[in-house]
Amino acid sequence: MTQEQSIGIVVPQTAHFSTPLPLKSGGALAEYDLVYETYGTLNAARSNAVLVCHALSGSHHVAGIDAASGAVGWWDNLVGPGKPLDTGRFFVIGVNNLGGCYGSSGPNSINPATGKPWGADFPFVTVEDWVDAQARLADQLGIERFAAVVGGSLGGMQALSWTLQYPERVAHALVIASAPKLTAQNIAFNEVARQAILKDPEFHGGHYYEHGVVPTRGLALARMVGHITYLSDDAMGQKFGRTLRHDKPVFSYDVEFEIESYLRYQGDKFAGFFDANTYLLTTKALDYYDPAFDYDGDLVAALGRAKADYLVVSFSTDWRFAPSRSREIVYALMHSDRRVSYAEIDCPAGHDSFLLDDAQYHAVLRAYIDNIKL
Amino acid sequence: MSFQRYDYDVISNWIEPGERILDLGCGDGSLLRYLKERRQVRGYGVENDPERVLACARNGINVIQIDLEQGLAGFDDGFFDHVIMSLSLQAMRNTQGILKEMLRVGHEAVVSFPNFAYWRHRQAILNGHMPVSKNLPYQWYDTPNVRFFTIADFETLCEQEGIAIHERLAFDEDKVIVEEPNFLASVALYRLGRNGSVSG
Repeated sequence: MTQEQSIGIVVPQTAHFSTPLPLKSGGALAEYDLVYETYGTLNAARSNAVLVCHALSGSHHVAGIDAASGAVGWWDNLVGPGKPLDTGRFFVIGVNNLGGCYGSSGPNSINPATGKPWGADFPFVTVEDWVDAQARLADQLGIERFAAVVGGSLGGMQALSWTLQYPERVAHALVIASAPKLTAQNIAFNEVARQAILKDPEFHGGHYYEHGVVPTRGLALARMVGHITYLSDDAMGQKFGRTLRHDKPVFSYDVEFEIESYLRYQGDKFAGFFDANTYLLTTKALDYYDPAFDYDGDLVAALGRAKADYLVVSFSTDWRFAPSRSREIVYALMHSDRRVSYAEIDCPAGHDSFLLDDAQYHAVLRAYIDNIKL
Repeated sequence: MSFQRYDYDVISNWIEPGERILDLGCGDGSLLRYLKERRQVRGYGVENDPERVLACARNGINVIQIDLEQGLAGFDDGFFDHVIMSLSLQAMRNTQGILKEMLRVGHEAVVSFPNFAYWRHRQAILNGHMPVSKNLPYQWYDTPNVRFFTIADFETLCEQEGIAIHERLAFDEDKVIVEEPNFLASVALYRLGRNGSVSG
């Protein structure tokens, strides 16, 4: 086994598309940009490409060290030379999705029709639209078929959707900490997050860029709600417990419990760089995703057209995307005689586990990926 | 737990090419791999031990990590041609429940288990010790086995539960035992069906 290494310095690229992209919400994006990164080398047969799809707050910067900011990629522990998704063997692509705020066309980019930021006028985009856009990027890069499409959470939904929208173009899908659709409870959390943003006085109907302000309070609140749901009760208890900053109650609304400090810090940090409109759009994409919707809710029928092999992974303490939701995918795939494996990883970190390098989790990913034939 | 070749051969002979197979407690997936090669089955293994799940992933076997004690709720009635449980029934608590589930999701069940009434095991007990043998390779204090039963016990349970025994083969090592299997056989393999169902 090659020793695990970092990819090193990486530089994002931009692909421009001028053929209109029809959207599920109606209408089309006349032209758009996608920012992406690639790691490793596309082989002569063009058979070793792997697409990594990001979740709610992720980006194209999956691995390596960003040349401009020095930031390490969000899935750097998985992707690199000698790592489970080995860039010595695979050509790995990370894309910032449409509606994003990291350089791909989105609410904070310029609407070519008006010369001003899109803001709230950026159309609703869905998981299916993202996959369509990713497919066009694949076309441009000369990739007819992916050896694998990989994603966690919302990224897992994209991996699953790839196998339904382009069954001939995906050999393997790795669907991690995901679900075939959100539950009502899950949508409810997203709605609280959205209301926090929509009700922020500095939201200005989504056109806050023109007012030179940012609805940071709403966005921070949205992120705080999210963070609660990404951690398990145990993990939060272990990390913060009921620890008091002043060792005793001081009867104030300032930070007293350490968990309050953590949530405020995470919320404020996030509000400092993420775009509120992107957050709104992306949570709606999560809520709308339901491949069985057009099949009267019959997931088995919806997955019937798939041709890929699958690895489905869940985490025992993940209650936002619980193991039972992953099993729904597994059972539906088995019904269609798909080749599928399912691992339920015993990891205390809740939904966030999918970003960690738990030994069993990474060993399973490595074993599965090593068996992918090119 | 290691599988013997004769165990594989017997099971393989009970399976038609191209069948849909579910292997409960599939270990590292070697039986499924054997059946894939010899019978081109479409198969899934079920395991709950992380190390074995990992071994299956390494062996390229479809493995589903679930706790069998919770039953097979996600699997459709009659979906599989054969549901196999090879040398694992004695490690299950919910014996009746899992047998019922196997025959719900499969047309036939294939079950093998070590016979606790094997004469060497009886001899060990007579000598005052719990049996330790090739098929019961554990000490009493570290055994994963939780149900201790014999060929005779198992057949009584089948009768009580309305489970049809379509075929039984008993072995001592790789030698077929026809006479006095409850005394002379160390392992028994069964092909089971629902009572009233047509034997395959």
